[in-house]
Amino acid sequence: MALLSAKGLNMSFGGLKALKDVSFSVEPGTIKALIGPNGAGKTTLFNLISGYLKPNSGVIVFDGRQIQGLPPHRIASYGIARTFQHIRLFPGMTVLENVMLGLHTHTRSGFLSSMLRLPRTRNEERFVREEAMQVLKMMGIEDLADREATRLAYGQQRIVEIARALAQKPKLLLLDEPAAGLNIRETRQMGILIHQIRQSGVTVFIVEHDMSLVMEISDEVMVLSYGEKIAEDHPLAIQKNEEVIKVYLGEEDAQN
Amino acid sequence: MKGERIKIGLLCLLLVLIDLITTSVARTYYLTQLTMSLYYTLVVLGLVLLMGYAGQISLGHAGFFAIGGYTTAVLSTYNLLKYKDSAVVKVSSELGLLTLRENLYGEQILSFHPWIGVLLSLVIAATVAYLIGIPVLKLKGHYLAMATLGFGIIVYRIVLGTPIFGEADGVSDVPPFVILPGLSISGQMDERRANYYIASLLVVVVVYLMTNLINSRVGRALRAIHGAEDAAESAGVDTAEYKLKVFVMSAVIAALAGAFLTHFNGGIGPSEASVMKSVRYVAIVAAGGMASIWGGLTMAMLLNFLSLRGYFGQYDDAVFGAVLILIMLFAPEGLLRVNPAGLLKNIFKRS
Repeated sequence: MALLSAKGLNMSFGGLKALKDVSFSVEPGTIKALIGPNGAGKTTLFNLISGYLKPNSGVIVFDGRQIQGLPPHRIASYGIARTFQHIRLFPGMTVLENVMLGLHTHTRSGFLSSMLRLPRTRNEERFVREEAMQVLKMMGIEDLADREATRLAYGQQRIVEIARALAQKPKLLLLDEPAAGLNIRETRQMGILIHQIRQSGVTVFIVEHDMSLVMEISDEVMVLSYGEKIAEDHPLAIQKNEEVIKVYLGEEDAQN
Repeated sequence: MKGERIKIGLLCLLLVLIDLITTSVARTYYLTQLTMSLYYTLVVLGLVLLMGYAGQISLGHAGFFAIGGYTTAVLSTYNLLKYKDSAVVKVSSELGLLTLRENLYGEQILSFHPWIGVLLSLVIAATVAYLIGIPVLKLKGHYLAMATLGFGIIVYRIVLGTPIFGEADGVSDVPPFVILPGLSISGQMDERRANYYIASLLVVVVVYLMTNLINSRVGRALRAIHGAEDAAESAGVDTAEYKLKVFVMSAVIAALAGAFLTHFNGGIGPSEASVMKSVRYVAIVAAGGMASIWGGLTMAMLLNFLSLRGYFGQYDDAVFGAVLILIMLFAPEGLLRVNPAGLLKNIFKRS
């Protein structure tokens, strides 16, 4: 059974139809890429899945549960983590603290027990710190733990954001243009990292413009154009798909 | 955490030292203004949590302070003797909620016990904050500032225009709040030192609870909301709930300060609910460096004490307005984190 599936998603902003009757599914344990020209509706689709937007119509089922229209924090607690196209780290907090926040849904301490620092809270705090440190080690950035996250180099910030998402122990990870702004070497490393993430059992759904990265890592590629799904296939098939070539290169070039 | 514990220890030591010094140099009357400053400091600490850490501005906190003060003032002064045959008064009396005393003019007054007044002031402030908070906290930035400002103005006009709140005169003749036999919150001379220590204890306790909170799961979530609300939400933080809870909490702290200070002063007037008071609290939080308990505490004690001792004269409110403007322009990180050389450079550098 698909981990994530959507049926008949429609979304419009005023007169603009951002998504038209989009249906798809993501199989567990795979890496699926979502591509398409600017304004095709990729981020809109991510925002629908993660709860920032509510579809006008359509159904999204994750892990056997309907999730469309639920608030983002609820969807996060079901096991979907995401990163943002424009990196969203918490300023004034260290790398470790940023990643510790990823464990929010796996811990329970509330206002009262936190204020009183009850033994249960202290144990939980220790657990969160160790777990977060573990994630940093896995990503090879444990030496950045005490640095302020928003002051790091751009590429490192991307890694920290993914670390925070992984700390949520998600079943599905949504990556919104993880290679944007990275150089060739960093992009290659990002590809390796995404592979490792899938290897560890997390399903990955990724929006990306870097075609070589997309073709290299994904099991399946879905193409959006003007809010419509025009193709969904294996990377090699997508590369040969005439409609896709038309969308990306323009009608005339495609004929040559 | 260890560092915070040491600072709290030093704070206790300093508070005791202040008492010993003022007493030994025969300036015990300073303790009155210091006690008042401590109560205003409580309001500031609650705001530091709300504004500095959670990033939600409130220009209406004088309103919550006033709700606290006026609730206990009215309940503990309103004479119920003429209703003594009504069922509500009878039941309240049976339950031991009422006290009978004589006021300054030898008149018999049957009113609610201050315990009830203080307790209800907290409950009412929490309820109001909850009901206001649900719609208002959906707003951000300037819009939230304006909405809370509106709330503050409403409270001010209500206390100013309602006879039971004494209109422009406020409520006076508020009785002492007897906490334990021999220990009461009142402005009587022989209780001055005890009251200074009660207020000090409250501040120390609130500082302790707040430092714990900030370095916890909840504190991280609050700071995350401040920094990037959408990312906090996607990490599973119920941002609406957290904002509401911290708003209610800071309102209750303000109400507690208002209720205690009203018993200490023996009354409360509408100026406590005024918008300028709210602006003053915000100015102090800004001067303390926003997300800084210790900065807020220091500035609140210092500026309130100077203000209460009359150092700002006729220009009291203007001073706090100026503080706000100057801080925003030249030291947005707060006065305690200013680097004088860099500041001078900034002032003279053309942007």
